[in-house]
Amino acid sequence: MLYDLLIGPFAEFDFMRRALVGIVALSLAGAPVGVFLMLRRMSLTGDAMAHAILPGAALGYLVAGFSLPAMTLGGLAAGFAVALAAGAVARLTVLKEDASLAAFYLISLALGVTLVSLRGSAVDLFHVLFGNVLALDDEVLLLLASVASITLATLALVYRPLVMECVDSGFLRSVSRSGGFVHLTFLGLVVLNLVAGFHALGTLLAVGLMMLPAAAARFWTADITRLILTACGFGMLSGYAGLVASYAAGSNLPAGPAVILAAGVLYLGSLLFGSQSGLVRRLLPRAHLQR
Amino acid sequence: MPAIRLTDLTLGYDRHPAVHHVSGEIAQGSLTAIVGPNGAGKSTLLKGIAGALSPLGGAIALQKGQRLAYLPQSAELDRSFPIHVYDLVAMGLWNSAGMFGRIGLGQRGRIEAAIAAVGLTGFERRSIGTLSGGQMQRALFARLLLQDADLILLDEPFTAIDARTTADLLELVQRWHGEKRTVVAVLHDIETVKRAFPQTLLLARETVAWGETGAVLTAGNLLKARHMVEAFDSHAPACAA
Repeated sequence: MLYDLLIGPFAEFDFMRRALVGIVALSLAGAPVGVFLMLRRMSLTGDAMAHAILPGAALGYLVAGFSLPAMTLGGLAAGFAVALAAGAVARLTVLKEDASLAAFYLISLALGVTLVSLRGSAVDLFHVLFGNVLALDDEVLLLLASVASITLATLALVYRPLVMECVDSGFLRSVSRSGGFVHLTFLGLVVLNLVAGFHALGTLLAVGLMMLPAAAARFWTADITRLILTACGFGMLSGYAGLVASYAAGSNLPAGPAVILAAGVLYLGSLLFGSQSGLVRRLLPRAHLQR
Repeated sequence: MPAIRLTDLTLGYDRHPAVHHVSGEIAQGSLTAIVGPNGAGKSTLLKGIAGALSPLGGAIALQKGQRLAYLPQSAELDRSFPIHVYDLVAMGLWNSAGMFGRIGLGQRGRIEAAIAAVGLTGFERRSIGTLSGGQMQRALFARLLLQDADLILLDEPFTAIDARTTADLLELVQRWHGEKRTVVAVLHDIETVKRAFPQTLLLARETVAWGETGAVLTAGNLLKARHMVEAFDSHAPACAA
């Protein structure tokens, strides 16, 4: 019985195994990126950039239909363009970066939906917005695995200056010129992971597997290394739980949203019961220490 | 060649000079205090020497091959970042370890020694968010220790810090002086300057006096400095000098 619920679907169906592998790859790379987005107070930037990818991917779709390379390239180009443009607007005008990002992503979302609707049906639009995690073919899986590998390798390379840039950017500037380079590299990783997430979860939910596990992990540890590991674990756990729940519920619960909902449940649970300033911990008074 | 040579230096923001036509030298191995009223350009001068601000006019020449360490007034430090005191201090090893270098046993020893030297032993595994202002300053001094710099710039290092911590950190400054490192510090407490700093630059956008502390910090000079800064005109004409 338990086997039928927890393992059976993956043993029996190829598409469930593929979905699980895809989600694991996404969590492995997306969660650490999400942790740094959160610690740099860029959570909403991640969200905005996820939307910004849409018109690029939609252009690729207009040109070549559901072609992986075309939509990936389009999405990457649009993501980088908006990230750089928002930074430039913030530097050159009075508008702060968050406001200019909000402006860009609203335009992008409207433009993207319009572009897809020009040629596609409502089903295609639904696919673009929410992805289709149960239809990952070899091509997409290979892309997700490559993105995960590139991301983890790059993070390992820039880890030291990236942490320093987050904690004390002034100090990094005083000892090294790598600060700007590190920031750009990091933005590149964000775009890369959002595009990867886009193929599995769609433009609206791609950022969910990045931010929710990271935010949930923050309620359990105050150490950056553990934070990253916990976030990765939470990401994979919500992927697995979401797929199982979606399978058990039949056609009533689409898999992509189920995965993000599972991550949401983990987040709310952590918010309530987390050992680091979780709400229940706060409400239950414990004797303070002697020193 | 002195550690720092300023030639007719003007630094400022938006064309308004905060440091105006300052010339002079800071000798290698000297211990210099920069004092002056608020708005006198002290922090700006330090920023300029650290290379964080380019001159509007004149030049700053630093002796070649010097390793520089700069502690800004309110470090742009994100204290909510989940990192331990140990790792914050370890950042001081950037010059020797860089992006990929291993932090080996020898370096671990140096990190622990630096933490001990500022009296933070036992705090290694504490999050930086849980430190008090004085403890944070001690940790930043430990990081400075590891930087092993020849030229150390401190911007108001003892502001809002209790007497005991100030005394401890001042001892480190004296130690650096003993090791022939060049130290330049912006300070507010005249008594501290008189007690511990042989050289003083009294600044009020322009140099009021510069030299031996005793000769610089006279009542007359201090009064003069106060009057000079109060003359600020937002519609001042361009400077011809």
